[in-house]
Amino acid sequence: MDQWNRRGNFGSSVGGDVNPDLRAERRTASFNVEKLTAILDGGADNTSTRRTVEAVIRGDPVFSRENQYFQSQNERYEAAVRKAVHLKEKMNQMGWTENGPEHQYCYRALAGDIAFNVHRVFKSSILALGTDEQITEWIPLADKHYIIGTYAQTELGHGTFLRGLETTATFDISTQEFILNTPKISAMKWWPGDLGRSATHAVVFAQLYIKGKCYGLHPFILQIRSLRDHSPAPGVTVGDIGPKMNFEHIDNGYLMLQNVTVPRENMLSRFSQVLPDGTYMKQGSDKINYLTMIMSRVGMLSSEVIPILLQACTIAIRYSVVRRQSKLNPRDPEAKILDYQTQQQKLLPLLATAYALHFMVAYMNKFYNKGYTEIKQGNFDSLPELHALTSGQKAFATDCCTAGVEVCLRACGGHGYSALSALPFLYTKVMASCIYEGENTVLFLQTARLLRNAAAKLQALVQSGTAEYEAWNKCTVQLLQAAKAHSHYIVVKNFIETVEELRNEAEIQKIVKHLCDLYALHGIFSNMGDFLHDGYTSGDQMDMVTASYLDLLAVIRNDAVPLVDAFDFSDESLNSALGSYDGHVYQRLYKWAQKFPANQQVSQAYENYLKPLFQSALSKL
Amino acid sequence: MNRDLRKERDSASFSPELLTHVLDGGAERTRRRREIEALALNDPDLQHEDLNFLSRSQRYETAIRKSAMMVMKLREYGIADPDEIYWFKSSVHRGRPEPLDLHLGMFLPTLLTQATLEQQNRFFMPAWNLEIIGTYAQTEMGHGTHLRGLETTATYDPATQEFILNSPTVTSTKWWPGGLGKTSNHAIVLAQLYTQGQCKGLHAFIVPIRQLGTHEPLPGITVGDIGPKFGYDEMDNGFLKMDNFRIPRENMLMKYAQVEPDGTYVKPLSDKLTYGTMVFIRSFIVGDSARSLCKACTIAIRYSSVRHQSELKPGEPEPQILDYQTQQYKLFPLLATAYAFHFVGAYMKKTYHRITGDINQGDLSELPELHALSAGLKAFTTWTANAGIEECRMACGGHGYSCCSGLPDIYVTFTPSCTYEGENTVMMLQTARFLVKSYTQVNSGQLVSGMVSYLNDLSRQHIQPQQVAARHTAMLISDPASLVEVYKLRASRLVEAAAKNFQAELNHRKSQEDAWNRTSVDLVRASEAHCHYVVVKLFTAQLSEISDAAVNAVVSNLCLLYALYGISKHAGDFLQAGILTDTQVTQVYQRVKELLVAIRPNAVALVDAFDFHDNHLGSVLGRYDGNIYENMFEWAKKSPLNKTEVHESFHKHLKPMQAKL
Repeated sequence: MDQWNRRGNFGSSVGGDVNPDLRAERRTASFNVEKLTAILDGGADNTSTRRTVEAVIRGDPVFSRENQYFQSQNERYEAAVRKAVHLKEKMNQMGWTENGPEHQYCYRALAGDIAFNVHRVFKSSILALGTDEQITEWIPLADKHYIIGTYAQTELGHGTFLRGLETTATFDISTQEFILNTPKISAMKWWPGDLGRSATHAVVFAQLYIKGKCYGLHPFILQIRSLRDHSPAPGVTVGDIGPKMNFEHIDNGYLMLQNVTVPRENMLSRFSQVLPDGTYMKQGSDKINYLTMIMSRVGMLSSEVIPILLQACTIAIRYSVVRRQSKLNPRDPEAKILDYQTQQQKLLPLLATAYALHFMVAYMNKFYNKGYTEIKQGNFDSLPELHALTSGQKAFATDCCTAGVEVCLRACGGHGYSALSALPFLYTKVMASCIYEGENTVLFLQTARLLRNAAAKLQALVQSGTAEYEAWNKCTVQLLQAAKAHSHYIVVKNFIETVEELRNEAEIQKIVKHLCDLYALHGIFSNMGDFLHDGYTSGDQMDMVTASYLDLLAVIRNDAVPLVDAFDFSDESLNSALGSYDGHVYQRLYKWAQKFPANQQVSQAYENYLKPLFQSALSKL
Repeated sequence: MNRDLRKERDSASFSPELLTHVLDGGAERTRRRREIEALALNDPDLQHEDLNFLSRSQRYETAIRKSAMMVMKLREYGIADPDEIYWFKSSVHRGRPEPLDLHLGMFLPTLLTQATLEQQNRFFMPAWNLEIIGTYAQTEMGHGTHLRGLETTATYDPATQEFILNSPTVTSTKWWPGGLGKTSNHAIVLAQLYTQGQCKGLHAFIVPIRQLGTHEPLPGITVGDIGPKFGYDEMDNGFLKMDNFRIPRENMLMKYAQVEPDGTYVKPLSDKLTYGTMVFIRSFIVGDSARSLCKACTIAIRYSSVRHQSELKPGEPEPQILDYQTQQYKLFPLLATAYAFHFVGAYMKKTYHRITGDINQGDLSELPELHALSAGLKAFTTWTANAGIEECRMACGGHGYSCCSGLPDIYVTFTPSCTYEGENTVMMLQTARFLVKSYTQVNSGQLVSGMVSYLNDLSRQHIQPQQVAARHTAMLISDPASLVEVYKLRASRLVEAAAKNFQAELNHRKSQEDAWNRTSVDLVRASEAHCHYVVVKLFTAQLSEISDAAVNAVVSNLCLLYALYGISKHAGDFLQAGILTDTQVTQVYQRVKELLVAIRPNAVALVDAFDFHDNHLGSVLGRYDGNIYENMFEWAKKSPLNKTEVHESFHKHLKPMQAKL
């Protein structure tokens, strides 16, 4: 075993000692990896800030993810709380602000493995929906973490369809209070993060009732736990919703309210207000609400979803040049599995997708920032397009990333199923993104609503006398396909434009153009029926597409490792025995497995269960 | 019972009980299955806490406790028929893996098939009585499906008449075998045999690894658990490293190949015989694809009829989500697929038993085709079912992501089957090898038989390559038999294209292997098309076996949906090869949507017919009575994080932070 250990420090990122197969891949790169990294980061300055942050995080043992795969739900939760508290101190110490670039890089370095992420949503909802007085009252408390907030919208019985939510807030003129209730079991708040064990306050969405009339959904600030001893407030039943596929570190919770009262001032009242006499008043445009939703979708894509695909590609591609299996030529040693065409077909289109989506989200950020400035100035013109774009892209990108990460997992053979590969963790994490912030099918249909040309058939049906709602449901499968195709088109278009912008970097432009071509051709190859069906493409053209597509695989193969190196994920953020920079896959798997607690202590299972039971079995046989 | 579910059940057009009999293979078998399941499900010795709330170590302990109990009870009840053992076992373990799987499923059978009589005398009874618990250690860290690459060595030493076992490299460490980590005290180890200075290839050896009595690893043995995985929490998949570990000569399994005391190697007579076991396991996996997908469909479809959301018509109550076309389009093709795979699994099992009879009489002629078919169908059905389970989970929205839905568990338990017992891409390429070989035979004038006999027609089609129009009109959109023909054409075209591309590459390049690799994407496509054809064909053939008219009608609709949905998803293949016209493809799209409407009223009854007990499903969302919301709440209250009202991390981390700020 000693000869395996001499490579020493398994935790370090860039050691001089790299697996020779990986080293060979890097030596033949056709472009400068560092330059591409800077382009992906949006400038060399950003790269340098990011690396500084990563170094600080790496240097602090509290942030270590070393034992993450061996921890129970309770331990994961506790570690996440500890890290969140520690990060706050660290940021103070370093002079990093919550809205500065460093915070986002901290998140990346920690792979999101910290508590209180919903606390930010709590704050931004007060900032967006609260009056100036409410903002002055609550935000300083939240900033200082005197209170910890959550955002309680989703219920057991209703998710994306907001109008169906059943929690009620009834205004009592005599006491000037709202009385909040969970009238039935399906109305229980269910899923909000940080709610189960941590939060002291919540922004709760409820149907507002005044004098027996319902005014629809409104937000209320509610204290749910004592600030002194953390026990639930009177009338509040709160707890954790139990184990999920991932996010063990987050205490997603339930919340049941029985005649919980809050003062009139606790309704967030920027857009609508209840006067002391019970008069209901609307004010201003709440279109700005859409902006919050758009912002959180852009945010989740750039910080949660797309990086996961990039990480999965990094792991699977590095592993595929270290893993050798079977022979391509009887006289040669076993071949790297990335040299098999079938392996290339699995991974390289995903690598192209990773680049395509990365550039897409960069474009969305730009578009969003421009729109944000306009909207703040009262110009709402860009809002519908921004909304359609983000809905469609959220659904499209999360679908692609979820499917893609699973392909990466399975492309690593048996070892992909080991938790130590990190791929099960990445997959179960990214798959949740298809649901939260809007269920994908529903979002695609929102995009479709804005695609007039796709609805030709709908129009025909409506004209033939079918009621519109029925016609809509009859066409939803088709509309869904139209919306997907539209989103796909936008990604391809943006990729092509990005390639054009790289004209000053000839080498990089060349390889990125190959990726772009591969992305486009793979899209045609995998949706052949769509292209042939409308006669856009002939059978002969399709043969050409297939041939060029397969040729491109071989070309991109040569730069596959440098292309994932350019993503520049630290070993700590990957936390994968298969995907580390130095490629010592097998040594790490063995090392890490030894750390598994069951291997470090004498197992009681044999003494307690196996031995006595088998003996009693023996006596009966 | 939930009102919506009752309404769904009342309005079914057929008797689910009759369909259950069809699926089980007769009313008597249904009765017997339920009887055996009840034995396990009602046994107080086999009850335990919800596994979702237990740690991995606790899950392992629970499983091992039940496994030991199960072995005892099987003998007590005298259950010995393989199907009946399976029913009992899956009721004890609710479809999850267990630490004795490899002992019962590989160690004992391998002793029976590959050990000499003397070896059976020595090992079988102790193993049967669980004094010896064994596993099957084949896969290594560095090698899986490519067996020839395994690196563990067994070197014969004639001086002591022993084999010396070694793990010469880190990659040669045995890695993954189930039951190896903590449970077993013996292993059948696959190693490269060296004798008289020569390597004789892979052979099997019985290796003691832990001390009987103390269960401590023997000197020279390093053994342990490989750590957490994606699921399989109950299973102690392990690693094993051997350092000059000696075993007597008599511990090599020598029914076929032998090493004599002086080191002389005696070759086995035929190497095809091992095909039999592989075919059996792969056929079993096809059935497992069906079962897992049936479970997932049951949960998603029941939940979709209980869940109400949004509005279809303004002013009306929220509809069941199963009334949305997009939801039907997600779930009904999967339901049809679940039925299709069930029938394919049953066919494979039957064929295996039939051919086993032939093999025992020395007739190996059908084995190569069945071997190729089982490889392809294993890959085809596991890929499809794997994606289908995920689709079901996502069709349940956020709640599908909670462990209470049962879907995460079904998924993680099933998904490794894409990799184990032969990695799927490699399996598809094995099938392709057989297809290309058959194509070459046809081209050289020989006829081929069995499932590939459609290749015999290829030469005839070539006489009039342009006159495809005649075939278009031949497709009857509501006739499964006609759709089988359409799939057959697609398969033959794609096999031909792949074979020709392979030939072209061969003409340009140096080696067979290189040409094969440059064609492998085409080859996998051809295999998939072949398997798809086989599934449509077998599903269609099943229809004539169903005598009850009402059941037949509803299963026929599923069969049509399966075939037409497949065409719509692979329209490119049919259009490009000129098998179908644009207009026909448009008709297919339309007909798929009509079938969704036709199947909708029977959807719940169709999953009820799978007849899963709630304990088998392990799902709050999929409960037979449909009372989901109250039971989700009851379930959540048991979460480990809820053990105390205030979590300890409040005192440890939150409070100190608030004090500091």
